[in-house]
Amino acid sequence: MEFKFTEENLARIEKEYAKYPVKKPAIMKMLYIAQEQNGYISGEVIQEVARMLEITEEEVLGVVTFYTMYHQKPHGKYHLQVCTNVSCMLRGAYDIYNKIQNDLGVKNGEVTADMKFSLEEVECMGSCGTAPMIAINEDFYENLDAEKTMQILKELN
Amino acid sequence: MEKIVLPDIPGLSDIEVYKQNGGYQAIKKALGTSSDEVIDVVKKSGLRGRGGAAFSTGLKWSFMPKSTDKPKYLCINGDESEPGSFKDRQIFEFNPHQLIEGIMIACYAIGSNTAYLYIRGEYYKWIKLMQKAVDTAYENGLLGEKMKETFGTDFHCNLYIHAGAGAYICGEESSLMNSLEGKRGYPRVKPPFPAQNGLWGNPTTINNVETLTNVPKIIEKGWEWFSAIGEPKHPGTLLFGISGHVNKPGVYELPSGTLLTDIIYKYAGGIPGDKKIKAVIPGGSSMPVLRGDSIEGVKMDAESLRAAGSAIGTGGIMVMDEDTDLVKVLARISKFYHHESCGQCTPCREGTGWMEKLLHRMVEGHGSKRDLDLLVTVAKNIEGNTICALGEAAAWPVKFMVERFRDEFESKMSDHVQHEMPNEVHSMRHTQNPIAPVTL
Ligand SMILES: Cc1cc2nc3c(=O)[nH]c(=O)nc-3n(C[C@H](O)[C@H](O)[C@H](O)COP(=O)(O)O)c2cc1C
Ligand code: SF4
Ligand code: FES
Repeated sequence: MEFKFTEENLARIEKEYAKYPVKKPAIMKMLYIAQEQNGYISGEVIQEVARMLEITEEEVLGVVTFYTMYHQKPHGKYHLQVCTNVSCMLRGAYDIYNKIQNDLGVKNGEVTADMKFSLEEVECMGSCGTAPMIAINEDFYENLDAEKTMQILKELN
Repeated sequence: MEKIVLPDIPGLSDIEVYKQNGGYQAIKKALGTSSDEVIDVVKKSGLRGRGGAAFSTGLKWSFMPKSTDKPKYLCINGDESEPGSFKDRQIFEFNPHQLIEGIMIACYAIGSNTAYLYIRGEYYKWIKLMQKAVDTAYENGLLGEKMKETFGTDFHCNLYIHAGAGAYICGEESSLMNSLEGKRGYPRVKPPFPAQNGLWGNPTTINNVETLTNVPKIIEKGWEWFSAIGEPKHPGTLLFGISGHVNKPGVYELPSGTLLTDIIYKYAGGIPGDKKIKAVIPGGSSMPVLRGDSIEGVKMDAESLRAAGSAIGTGGIMVMDEDTDLVKVLARISKFYHHESCGQCTPCREGTGWMEKLLHRMVEGHGSKRDLDLLVTVAKNIEGNTICALGEAAAWPVKFMVERFRDEFESKMSDHVQHEMPNEVHSMRHTQNPIAPVTL
């Protein structure tokens, strides 16, 4: 299926172009916007971004695969990013990570069958002082333990 | 003690409150002098970079060519991805206008009309907060063409936020520039240095967020005032982010040279359960670890920490109590650097993978003393043989942790350790598929 940015998103991209002397740096925001609109970075997204920026699809794919925040398959409605790096680990991050895997029946990179949750083990998110933490989509939840985390997940619908 | 970067003023993120407290007066003062004078003041103040290398900020600015037809750029490094570091985030949230004013002054000093603030993509909330502050500054005629009218000079600068998308390496300055140019974030071979050949081949200065947030106060109060705070060779306050096994983790702004034990016990409330400290990493996860029994009297500034066998890094202090399993900690650190290696240099790409695999095996209880020697050899083969300092960042924790806790590591080599870490060794950047768990 062909991918086209919505009018509103095209306007956002125009604003990005205006920041730089050339078009190409807008690629990072474009991919992020495309992911928002499309759910993930599909081959069609890559084609369209390459066309708009007048660069090759390989160049776009190169950027997509370099950064962890771009994903090439759909995520759940709630994308759970669990930090297990040292500061979080010292305060029980693996209890949270293991509990989520156990209770939701998903491993790193997987999505629940109902597409509600996807799980990703992530590196330090800059919340070490309020560790352990998880991010759900764009929101940070800090000072957690396994129980609190599951309570938060239960309240999401 | 007066705070410079994060003063205790309620509502300071609001531009009106910032202005009521003397905000946007330092840029006025700077514009009334020459750019050389501004550089001179910052040089004399002794301000050193807060991004990790503690290089003189004034000296860095003076490397920018004076006469050139090329556009000059300022990049502000807000990638903040070093595990244990969470200080720049406080500036975005609580004192964004002082950062913006610092950026304006830096642009004037180096003769740049364009600044890019690179913020890690995961800081969704803080990118929005910072964007709001930048928009407000534009609306108040403090940035852009309107600046000329506001300040009655012919200088102006623009400030744009560029969001990252998840890659620790983009904090390395040349990687940051490639990422800003819309490419994969590969570090560049140096020389040429950014001041000669930076963003799109033009003269560029890169400074950390905290570094530039200090600048307005230096201009306002003078270099003598600043240079008298803390340790003379590394003056000013530092934002110490303390995490791990302490009662009150958080960011504390204190004079450089504050005792590490004071930060841990006086400010961060000591160790839960009054346990002993086994180990402290004083400057973010890539800095050499210190033994808990060697931190007495250690001061937190670049020179003192070097003398103590570590480095100041980003001032991110990670505290580990006596019950911590350091093999697991080191395995987790190594997993991080392997995951974040960009893959350009063979010693880093392969070495970080081998270190992770060896440590993973040790965590599983299958490590031998020979593995321990192999581990250190791999680390030493990375160091000094790579394009960027991620090589050292990956090698140092391994080298120093094994050296300084040899007894503990050796004792774990025969004991069976319960397997708790996920059993996969993968690196996103080198391959689409996880590397199969190793059996050696
Ligand atoms: C692997 C690696 C990651 C880095 N990450 C950051 C970072 O997140 N933020 C930062 O300010 N500097 C980081 N640095 C240091 C920068 O390369 C650079 O020295 C710094 O931004 C310069 O600013 P300063 O002089 O104000 O400290 C990193 C360096 C390396 C080698
Ligand atoms: S040292 Fe590692 S991260 Fe740095 S350029 Fe080489 S491979 Fe990339
Ligand atoms: S280690 Fe988890 S947020 Fe820093």
